[in-house]
Amino acid sequence: MQDEPTPIELTKAVADFLRNEITPVIKGHSAFKLRVAINILDLVTRQLTLAEGSDDAEAARLAGLLGRSGSLFELNQELAERIANGEVDLATPGLAVHLWQTTLAKLAVDQPNYASYKREVGRDGG
Amino acid sequence: MIEQELSRCVAAWCPGATGVTGAAKLSGGASQETWSFDIMHPAGPIGAILRRAPQGFGAAPGRAAGLEAEATLMQLAYDAGLPSPRVLHVLKPEEGLGRGFVMARVEGETIARKILRDEEFVKVRPLLARQLGKVAAGIHGLPRAKLPALREMNAATEIAQLEHEYRSFDWPRPVFELALRWLAAHDPGPPPEVTLVHGDFRHGNLIIGADGVRAVLDWEIAHLGDPMEDLGWICVNSWRFGEIDKPVGGFGAREELFAGYAEAGRRADPARVKFFEVMGTLRWGVMCCGMMQRFRTSPDHSMERAMIGRRASETEIDLLRLLASRGD
Repeated sequence: MQDEPTPIELTKAVADFLRNEITPVIKGHSAFKLRVAINILDLVTRQLTLAEGSDDAEAARLAGLLGRSGSLFELNQELAERIANGEVDLATPGLAVHLWQTTLAKLAVDQPNYASYKREVGRDGG
Repeated sequence: MIEQELSRCVAAWCPGATGVTGAAKLSGGASQETWSFDIMHPAGPIGAILRRAPQGFGAAPGRAAGLEAEATLMQLAYDAGLPSPRVLHVLKPEEGLGRGFVMARVEGETIARKILRDEEFVKVRPLLARQLGKVAAGIHGLPRAKLPALREMNAATEIAQLEHEYRSFDWPRPVFELALRWLAAHDPGPPPEVTLVHGDFRHGNLIIGADGVRAVLDWEIAHLGDPMEDLGWICVNSWRFGEIDKPVGGFGAREELFAGYAEAGRRADPARVKFFEVMGTLRWGVMCCGMMQRFRTSPDHSMERAMIGRRASETEIDLLRLLASRGD
């Protein structure tokens, strides 16, 4: 077992330092790159916070859809193949819901400010 | 040093020019650069842009039309009265500047967020969807006989190209698979008329001022094909920058785009436009994945490319909104 603070706490501490203390003293192209760097750290923090839960839920849905277990990569590969060869489509019970939930979970990490995401999360009452 | 080369070059075709000043690199990829500079002239400085592939870089890769073709297309557009920079000079090998051309600099804004938010554009914004329709119609109406040699694409070849690129990443994306299936099933077939297609008609490649569209730039991936491709591409949600209920670049409705297109004498086909909007959304997604590949394999470890790689999921939600809608 690794000791505390956790990766989430460490990443967040660095992001906050860059945001609050370095951003005000940097200008020009470096300021732009600093903003990108902070965005990356924020993304990593969100992924560390959210991915475990959303990965488990995704794996459970995939196992239900495909009738087998495996790694998340293998299961996604199989679903991709079944969609590509027409075995599975939007008429397949559970597929649309699965794709929506999986995609929303990705956006929650990648880009929670994306307007399409905010619209769709609002629809779910989130 | 580029100022010396440019001064020599400019002297040969700009009578009265006494040199150049203020050369600044605006953007530079591995194979292509854009420079801004002023030509010094007794009648006052002339703002100019150099677009070039430095020496040592031969033909442009893959989908590119080539810089000489770009210059020809820009000049054709200018001559037809479309918003386009005037081409001042096409580079010659003996000038030592590589391949490319010099064009007149057009003042204005290309950054979408400024155009969509700043006070300066408040009056022109509601007019732009219609105006873009007119401009697109003008591009599609450029005479075939005068066009440079360009590759010809259709929906089927474009789907095949996207699928090939996506498969090369070897990373499963069920939503992209769904989109590929949808595209194959909805391929509208050859267009009634094959025309010039700009290929990248969207924010970033449009110089806009308080008076409207001043120039269409970047003909790098121009080709022959279905003109509805340009109308679909500008409706892709990725170019709405948050204004998701205004499909045409965040400015307005598709109907306004189509009305402007009709005003300039051409008819839009909404079903084809929708097809190309889906294809365009997938295309931007595949391009994001390509950025992730370049991030991983190129030595500069660009953080921007890494983050663009993480934007592929934005196109997945937009594809679901198009193909498995839960409401607007």
